[in-house]
Amino acid sequence: MISALLVILQVAVAVGVTPLLLGVMRQVRSRLEGRVGAGVLQPYRDTIKLLQKQPMRAAGSSVVLVGAPIVLLVSSLMVVGLVPLITTASLLTIPSDLFVVVSLLLVGTVALAVLGLDAGTAFGGMGSSRHMMIAALVEPTVLMSVYALSVPVGSSTLSTIVAARGADAARVVTPAGLLAVVALVVVVLAETGRLPVDNPSTHLELTMVHEAMILESAGRDLAWLEVGSWLRLTALLGLVVNLALPWGVAPGAEPLSLLVAVAALVAKLLVAGAIIAAAEVFMAKLRLFRVPELLAGSFVLAFLAVTASYLAG
Amino acid sequence: MTVAGGLLTELVLCGLAVVLALVVPAKHRSLASGGASMALGVAGVLTGASAMTAPVPVGLTLGLGMPGTDLGPMILAPTPLGGLFGIVVGAVGAVAALYGIGYAHGPAASRTGWSAYAVFLAGMLLVTSAGDVVTFLLGWETMAIGSTVLLLADHATRPAVRPATLWYAVMTHLSFLALVLGFALLASDAHGTSFAAIAAARLSGPTAVVAYFLLLVGFATKAGLVPFHVWLPRAHPEAPSHASAVMSAAMVKMGVYGIIVLTSSLLPRVSATFALVVLALGVVSASYGILQASVSSDLKRLLAYSTTENVGLAVTALGLAMLLANAGQNQSADVARIAALLLVVSHAAFKTVLFLGAGSILHATGLRDLDKLGGLIRTHPVTTWTFGVAALGASALPVTSGFVAEWTLLQALVHGDGRFDTILAFALPVTLGLVALTIGLGLLTFVKAFGTAFLARPRSAAAASAEPEIQPGLGAATMSTAQLLGAAAVVALGLAAGPVAAACARAWGLSDALVDGLGGVRFASVGILDPVSITLLAAGLALPVCLLILVLRRRVPRRETDVPWGCGGVRTSPRMEYTATSYAEPLVRVFGEALRPARTLEISHAEADHVLESRVAFAQQVTDLVEVRGYAPAANWLSRVGDQARKIQNGSIHRYLGFSFAALLVVLLVVTIP
Repeated sequence: MISALLVILQVAVAVGVTPLLLGVMRQVRSRLEGRVGAGVLQPYRDTIKLLQKQPMRAAGSSVVLVGAPIVLLVSSLMVVGLVPLITTASLLTIPSDLFVVVSLLLVGTVALAVLGLDAGTAFGGMGSSRHMMIAALVEPTVLMSVYALSVPVGSSTLSTIVAARGADAARVVTPAGLLAVVALVVVVLAETGRLPVDNPSTHLELTMVHEAMILESAGRDLAWLEVGSWLRLTALLGLVVNLALPWGVAPGAEPLSLLVAVAALVAKLLVAGAIIAAAEVFMAKLRLFRVPELLAGSFVLAFLAVTASYLAG
Repeated sequence: MTVAGGLLTELVLCGLAVVLALVVPAKHRSLASGGASMALGVAGVLTGASAMTAPVPVGLTLGLGMPGTDLGPMILAPTPLGGLFGIVVGAVGAVAALYGIGYAHGPAASRTGWSAYAVFLAGMLLVTSAGDVVTFLLGWETMAIGSTVLLLADHATRPAVRPATLWYAVMTHLSFLALVLGFALLASDAHGTSFAAIAAARLSGPTAVVAYFLLLVGFATKAGLVPFHVWLPRAHPEAPSHASAVMSAAMVKMGVYGIIVLTSSLLPRVSATFALVVLALGVVSASYGILQASVSSDLKRLLAYSTTENVGLAVTALGLAMLLANAGQNQSADVARIAALLLVVSHAAFKTVLFLGAGSILHATGLRDLDKLGGLIRTHPVTTWTFGVAALGASALPVTSGFVAEWTLLQALVHGDGRFDTILAFALPVTLGLVALTIGLGLLTFVKAFGTAFLARPRSAAAASAEPEIQPGLGAATMSTAQLLGAAAVVALGLAAGPVAAACARAWGLSDALVDGLGGVRFASVGILDPVSITLLAAGLALPVCLLILVLRRRVPRRETDVPWGCGGVRTSPRMEYTATSYAEPLVRVFGEALRPARTLEISHAEADHVLESRVAFAQQVTDLVEVRGYAPAANWLSRVGDQARKIQNGSIHRYLGFSFAALLVVLLVVTIP
């Protein structure tokens, strides 16, 4: 029961902090580019505005147009509930198992891709096709890098891995651990459509991926899609920062340690987000067919991490 | 039902189905004979279930009564493992027969068509219950003949059927030949034809190694593993869809069954030595199969390649189990064994539905080409949703049977410990990487298949004018019922992960898989997977979202528009939509070296103008490199050798008399020289 409440807490904190994370990232970028920026609270205002607008449905589109955004949102909510963001205590019958979390992320990926195909526009199909290609090529790196982290622990449960790394600082700075975290960072950038894989602030260009799929959506459909995609960023970025800096994560349900954990998570997320945003200013988007090379590179890092973890054992 | 009673019932029902197919007039033939075939399938399920629960294998023993030979009696005694495969065959056969009642028409619904279906099904059930070599081979050949006849159904109307059947017949008989040779070697070494005698002899000499590879090649051919898979993408598309469903979901599993029997009971010691071969066979088949599937635009060809992938994953799990057992990691090995059977069961469920869905599309539009389909969600709601559920299963997404199976396989992989074993240290990460790539490409494949066939706008006139599938009449009802039953099985097998995994464990004689949580599965060494809890969590989180939507819907209702974001423009033509080919284009580029697509681009210019193009025609054909580089040269070589033989055989009677005389001389010489 308590662990169910903890899941609800994680979901609530994630939903609350995610627009702020996006706001900070956009603001950092604007300032570095010499613009004033819309302020860190703009994503909250955007979301409320979208929820109040009228959704449209094109002739020829199907129930997928309405259903896919909800599926994406719910799958993202489940992921932020299960991933060890605030606490490493997890549900008795649904431990934060790596493969379950990845499958839930993939449910969201597939919902987006199917949505892109639904209206039958050239843009939607293009985005969907590229999105699935990237998702397919990212998959080996995801599993391989977390496998490298799981070898010393002997478990594929994410909360166990985070707890073990928190308990023993020597685990964090092993070559295997560092290589795996670097590989995971590339994964996060690719999965959440950040530079250099996809440009989140692009509209109506031939290079776009994520935006191309959601072109047909409006109003609350679009709001669910945006929040769902942002939550994926929170979940994945939160997981990486907790793997890289496993301190502050609450081991149980004591109110004080939970409070510290929430504060630690928000701080870690915002700093990591600001770093990514700052790095994006100095980076150009890769050509689409250069992306597989980047992903292959990250796969090699993850593979090396596995080998290194064998040697260390 | 006792096992013996079940086996006799199967025999009687097969006979009944054949007789009904022969005597009932065409109008009621499908109902009568298809119904009997359904009953045969159900009998197979019940027999399999009782074989799985029987404490010791019991069944029928028939004396062959051939004096002067070593042939033992024919034994029909399914083991628990055979029982599980019997359940798979029976269930797939029954659902496909139900679908066939409405679907089969023309030659597929002829006397021959329905008789062949019953014989095909009975042959497979015979294979799963065989306890000796002769019975096994008899069942194997019955199954081969039944399926070949079914495959030939449409040969008169579609010329592509004939070469497909030729490929299938040749490959399946090469497989049979390898099996006969392999089993003959084993039986002569073990001095007995029963599987029990061969297992008891514990063979491991050089003959056993030769026999092992012969049997492995024979079974791999039937299972459609690379490089013996070439018949699958030809035969599956050309067979009537209910027959393709049985061929893909049940028949190729006989190959897997054979590999399991070979590696776990007939020659366990030889198999352990060559565990890496089995693993490589599985991993290569899985990744090559899904790569080909992801770039296919013919729906049934795509499904055929995906079969190679799924069987490859099951064989990967088997190879992994043997490697882990070699390294002494028995707990992880057991998880891998259970994963192999879970993959078999789940593939049978979702692939049946996928092929039946392809059949409904073919029935309504006459099309298999995804590039010409689209928008079928409007006319084909049942097919859309059942195909969608099965596609989720094929992509291993929660909460379907495929998810449970691939979760178990991945858990076995990451819980293997590569730190103290050099082979595992190499094999585990490579396998994990390739399995992960397979899963990723599988997602793309099925998003492509589902999205281009059912969503968007129709890409051709035939797809636009598809007849609605919900119609009065028995035919449409049986087709929809069969699809719904199959889709329900995909979800049920996914939700009841615990009982299904426990059944698979029982088939191996293991007891590792425990039922825990709300029908979830717990492996002592791994942890728990509880799909029902996952579903409940999803429902719990969806509830507030749905309530919010209800409130918002009242305040801001949805607006229907003709062209959103049209900016005054008109709706673009469906020709501008992404097709299946364009969907896979980025992938073709990324894997260009492995696929080598043949592309032609023709640009014709307007008259007296070298700048403006009047017409651009693009065509792409992705061929199977194994076929082009491996089989085509071999076939050419054989036919050249055949041409040389023609020089000796020139039809002259004098020459033939000369040959006879020479042969006689040789014989006399051999006889005289002591």
